[in-house]
Amino acid sequence: MNKNPITVLAAALLLGLLAACSSTPVPEQSAAAVEERTPGSTAPAKPPSPPPPSSSATTKPVPPPQVIPANPLKDPANILSKRSIYYDLDSDAVKEEFRPLVQAHAKYLVENRNAKMLIQGNCDDRGSREYNIALGQRRADGVKRMLLLMGATEAQVESVSMGEEKPRCTADQGDACMAENRRSDVLYGGEY
Amino acid sequence: MTVRKLIFALLLLCAGLAHAQLTIEITGAGANQIPIAITRFGGEDALSQSISEVIEADLQRSGRFKMLYAGNVNPLPAEINQVSFADWKSRNADALVIGAVSRLPDGRFEVRFRLLDVPKQVQLGGVAYAMTAAQARTTGHRIADYVYEKLTGERGVFSTRIAYVIKQGQRFELQIADADGRGAQTALASREPIISPAWSPDGTRLAYVSFENKKPVVFVHSLTTGQRQAVANFKGSNSAPSWSPDGKQLAVVLSRDGGSQIYLVNADGSNVRRVEASGSIDTEPYFSPDGQTLYFTSDRGGSPQIYRMNAGGGAATRLTFDGSYNVSPRPSPDGKLLAYVTRNAGRFQLATLDLASRQSQVLTDTQKDESPSFAPNGRIILYATEIGGRGVLAAVSSDGRVKQRLSVQAADVREPAWGPFTAN
Repeated sequence: MNKNPITVLAAALLLGLLAACSSTPVPEQSAAAVEERTPGSTAPAKPPSPPPPSSSATTKPVPPPQVIPANPLKDPANILSKRSIYYDLDSDAVKEEFRPLVQAHAKYLVENRNAKMLIQGNCDDRGSREYNIALGQRRADGVKRMLLLMGATEAQVESVSMGEEKPRCTADQGDACMAENRRSDVLYGGEY
Repeated sequence: MTVRKLIFALLLLCAGLAHAQLTIEITGAGANQIPIAITRFGGEDALSQSISEVIEADLQRSGRFKMLYAGNVNPLPAEINQVSFADWKSRNADALVIGAVSRLPDGRFEVRFRLLDVPKQVQLGGVAYAMTAAQARTTGHRIADYVYEKLTGERGVFSTRIAYVIKQGQRFELQIADADGRGAQTALASREPIISPAWSPDGTRLAYVSFENKKPVVFVHSLTTGQRQAVANFKGSNSAPSWSPDGKQLAVVLSRDGGSQIYLVNADGSNVRRVEASGSIDTEPYFSPDGQTLYFTSDRGGSPQIYRMNAGGGAATRLTFDGSYNVSPRPSPDGKLLAYVTRNAGRFQLATLDLASRQSQVLTDTQKDESPSFAPNGRIILYATEIGGRGVLAAVSSDGRVKQRLSVQAADVREPAWGPFTAN
């Protein structure tokens, strides 16, 4: 309640009004408090100066725009928004370039013990659909093992396989296209 | 081998079903085809569906008959004493099917047919059925089954059904159709993939894998009630259902204890038990017809190969050795042959392995064969392949001679499963 900017501002205004009667210089402080809540704002709303006692004009507080912190899992600037690990042909080894990604997700799971994760392994469409489920499972299991070694718990992580059923690229049968389909996708609770 | 090309474009009688209609194209011909003529049935014009056409198309599709011209017969014979055998002899017919349709007082129809041996000028058999007008196709299939069995000594599969999955845009449908692709009905529609349909031995239920829960889950679905139940929905992936011949349990592949391993589960989802424990991929279990053996795919030897083991577990025996990719084993109904998919120079092709002689034979010349399924009489193997970038179903006689292709306009068809014989 106390941290609500509107409450703070209303309090500042009240203090300001009181200041008109007493002589305690508080508006300066309240202005600073409001500034803190609008970082990067180009035109922060200044708290109104207390009206001169002779004036008939009234003022209304204008609260600064509220800043909602970005969800790290969705923030494009955050590595946690990167959700796919790609593989070489016939391989379930997580390549070095994807290690930081796995580490970041492991750290998130460690710091958020209530967070749950689903890892979906995927394959290109060559060969048997059922065998490809098994291959995708091996990819997802590999990522899960890394996450557990990095501190995530068994209860947080489920590894499953979508086999060849959820291709990201369906445009053609070329190698580049199929490479997009050899991947593990990371989903958090609420996303699946 | 003489290779003829016959094209059967089945007319789309019902525009509403057009999207679901399988069209069948046949290539190749069997050896020792029986020359047969099927006359129009007198009185069948009263039906919207000609019965004699259904019989002719069925027998034609089997590849085991040579269809002879049966027109220009007046009047149409209904009994043996009305048949001019000299005429049929001159048309080189060995067998002749005649029949008649008449309206019964209760509004139904009686369909009578006679199967005749032309050289011997004798009747081989005949049956009369009482049916509604809507049962004309079903009756035609039953007559074709009768003729097929009398003349080949093997049971016909024209009255059986097939299941398959259609993908149209982002929509998946599990469909059931007659063996000729007609009369398709959608048992399940989903926005998520459906794979691996498997018929219960009595033909009343289908097990399959659905991805509707963002992961593979095994369901058992009653076709008569439309009710279904998740029978394997454990942590991890649940897939590859295969019915035991008594219909009481399913072999499934679960990853709940790590890796992909084979388990048995009762058909109601109870009593899950692990069959084996290996550090490798073990998947695609399939019961032998006697229920004693499980065939499966494993990469325990470094590449995916086909093995078999006792259905209760125990040591496994490797069955395939040629090539580095042999998967999807399906034993024939008599247990003598194994259909599977093999990779040859980047092409995935349907092959059979004679389990006694260990001789293997590649049956197709397509590139992306998958999911073989034997007809219940063992004569035909239905499978999925790709032609022109589109998923189609294809069928090949188990000796590789006769080939058929079944496609649906503007949709991918995949994951075929041939249903069991239906009780007549």
